[in-house]
Amino acid sequence: MHLILFFVFAGFCVAGAINLLLQSHPISSALSLIVVMTSLAVLYLLLGAEFLAAAQVIVYAGAIMVLFTFVVMLLNAGREERTMGSRTARKVGFPAVVAILAVIATVILRAQGLGVAGLRDGITSTTDLSKVLFTELLLPFEVTSVLILIAILGAVALASHGDGNPHGNRDPYGNPERTAGK
Amino acid sequence: MNPVPDILRILPEVILTLTGVAVMLIDASLPPGFPRRYLGMAAAVGTTLALWASVGQLYFPQGTGFFGTVETSAFTIFFHVLICGIVLVALLLSLDTLPEDSHHQGEFYALIVFGAVGMCLLTGAVELLVVFIALEISSISTYILAGYRKNTGSGPEAAIKYFLLGSFATAFLLYGVALIFGATGTTQIYEIAHLAPTAQNHSFVLAGLALMLVGILFKVSAAPFHVWTPDVYEGAPSPVVALLSTAPKAAAFALLLRVVYEMFPSLHSLWSPLLWIVAVLSMTVGNLAALRQQNVKRMLAYSSIAHAGYLLAAFAGLGTSGIAAASFYAAAYAAMNVGIFAVITLVSGYDEKLPLIDDFRGLIYRSPLLGSLLIFFLVSLVGIPFTGGFFGKFYSFSAAVGGGAVWLAIIGLLNSGLAAAYYLRLALAAAQRPEKKNAEAAIPAPQVGIAVGAALLLAVAATLVLGIVPNEVLRAAEAGAHTLQEPPAQVNAPGFSVAQEPKP
Repeated sequence: MHLILFFVFAGFCVAGAINLLLQSHPISSALSLIVVMTSLAVLYLLLGAEFLAAAQVIVYAGAIMVLFTFVVMLLNAGREERTMGSRTARKVGFPAVVAILAVIATVILRAQGLGVAGLRDGITSTTDLSKVLFTELLLPFEVTSVLILIAILGAVALASHGDGNPHGNRDPYGNPERTAGK
Repeated sequence: MNPVPDILRILPEVILTLTGVAVMLIDASLPPGFPRRYLGMAAAVGTTLALWASVGQLYFPQGTGFFGTVETSAFTIFFHVLICGIVLVALLLSLDTLPEDSHHQGEFYALIVFGAVGMCLLTGAVELLVVFIALEISSISTYILAGYRKNTGSGPEAAIKYFLLGSFATAFLLYGVALIFGATGTTQIYEIAHLAPTAQNHSFVLAGLALMLVGILFKVSAAPFHVWTPDVYEGAPSPVVALLSTAPKAAAFALLLRVVYEMFPSLHSLWSPLLWIVAVLSMTVGNLAALRQQNVKRMLAYSSIAHAGYLLAAFAGLGTSGIAAASFYAAAYAAMNVGIFAVITLVSGYDEKLPLIDDFRGLIYRSPLLGSLLIFFLVSLVGIPFTGGFFGKFYSFSAAVGGGAVWLAIIGLLNSGLAAAYYLRLALAAAQRPEKKNAEAAIPAPQVGIAVGAALLLAVAATLVLGIVPNEVLRAAEAGAHTLQEPPAQVNAPGFSVAQEPKP
C-alpha cells in the first residue's frame, strides 16, 4: 500500500515539477507548484514525518502559494516571451540538468545497504522533534529570527517608495511643522 | 566542568544583533527629516564593541557552546576580528558617502550590522545547520544592499542577478549537506570528520562534498562560478562593494577551510586537485578578463576573482601552513580591497558619475591624497614588497610549494605579472597630467570627511602593518590553524574546553 501511494505521489510530484518548467503562463506554473508541494507533503507523511507534512501543507501549499497567486494576479503577468537568451538557456540548461541528475542517480543507485537515515535518537514524533529543536538545535532555531528580520528589512527598503523619493518628500505620517503652523 | 557560559561564546554576535535591532528601532521612531548619520555612528560603535568582545574571547579556553553548534578558538577569533574590522571600515565609509537624501538609511546600517552577525556566526559554526542559516543571513543582507540604488537600471539588475544565482548556489550547498547527513547521520562537523572515513556509502560523502564546494566557491567567486561578480559589483553602490567583496568572502573562506581541513581531511585526495583546478582557473580567467575592462569596478571585480585564485593556491599547502597562509591572505586582501573601494567611492561618488578608467586620469593632480592612496593600494594589489599584498602572495605560494604544488605557484607568479599590467594602467592614468581643456574645473575635487579619513587610515595602516611587520598577524593565523588541525574533542557538552589558549 505504502509503495503504491509512494509511486503515485512521486509521479505527481515529478510531473508537476516538469509541468511547472514547461508552462509559459505564470498562473499555470504556480498551480503546478501547488501539486508539487502537496504531493511532497504526502511523501513526508508516508515517511512518518507528520509534523513536517502538516507544516508543508500549511506553510507552502497554504501561505506561500496564496501569496504567489495573489502576486501573479495583481501584476497581471502575461505570457512568458521566448527570447534568444531563454532559448540558449534551454539548450544549455536541459543537458546540464540531465548531467547533474545522472551523477546524483549514480550515487544513489550505487549506495549499498541503505537503511533508515533517521535523526540521531530515532526522532519520530512531534514531541521528539520539538525536544531537539529547543535543546540541541536551539541556536540555529533562534538565529533564524535574524534571518527573518533581515528579509523584512529588505522588503521595506526595496519595496516602499518605489520611485526612490527620500523620507521627507512623501511624508506619510504628517509633517509636524505643518500641523504646528495650523 | 563548564567554565564559560554559552552566551559568551557568541558574545560578538549578540552585540551585533542588539546593535542592529537598536538601529532599526531608533530609525523607525525618528522623525522623517532627522539626519540618519547618527545611526551609522551607533552601528560603528556597536561593531567596535563586537570587535573588542571577539578579542576578549582569547581569554576563554577553546571549546564549543550551545550543544556543540558554535566554537570559539583562535581560528574563529582571527576571522571575527577581520570581519568586524571590515564592517567597521565599510560603516565609516558609508557615513560620509551615503547622500543625505538617499532612501532608507537606517535600514542600510541595520542590514550591514545584521549581515555581520551572519558572517561572524559562519566562521564559528561547527554544525552544518548553523552554517546554512549563517550563510543565508550574510547572503540575503548583501543581496538587498547590492540593489540599494534602486532608481538606476543596474542596481536592481545586480540585486536580482545576485539573488537568483546566489539562491541557486545555496541550493547546491544544501543538497550537499543533505547527502552528507544521509551518509553519516549527523550534521555536526566534528562527528562528520569522525564518521566520514568509515561511512558505508562513501559515494554519498564524495558527492556531498563536491556539491558543498560548488556552493562555497560561488560565494568566494572562484572561477567556474564567478559570472555574477562583475555585474553585481558594477550595479551595487561602491561602499557596499567595499563590504561585499571582502567580508562575506573572508567568512566563506573560513567555512571552506573548516570544511576541507576539519570536516574532510580524510578526503584530501579528492578536494586538493579540485581546488588546484579552481585556483588556476580563477587566476587566469580573472586576470585575462580584467585586462580588457574600461570600467574600474568591473576591472576590480575580475581582479577579486583572480585574488580568490591566489588564496585558493594556499589550500595546496600542508595542514597548518596552508590554513595560516589562507587566513593571512584573506586579511591582506581585505585590507587593500576595502581601501581601494573607499578611494573609488570618494572619486566616483555614490551615484558613480565617474566610473571609467579614463575618468581617473589626473586624479593625483585633482586630489593628491586620494591619488597617492589609489596608487598605494594598486601597488599592494600587484604585490610589491612592503605592502600586505606581497606577503599574502608570498605565504600563499610558499605554502603551495611546501605542499608540492610547484606548478600552481609558478602559474600564480605568472598571473601576478599579468595582473600588474591592468593595475598599473589605472595607476598610470591616475598619475598622468590631465588634458588642459576639460580638466580640473569640470570635475570637483572629492572631499574627504572625518569618518572616511578614519576608514582610509585604518585600511592603509592594516595594509602597511601586514606588509612591514606581518609576524604578529601570521602568528595569530598560525595559532588559528593549529586549533583547526587539532583532533576534535568531545562534543554535545556545552562549553567543553579542549586546551588552554595561547595568550596573545
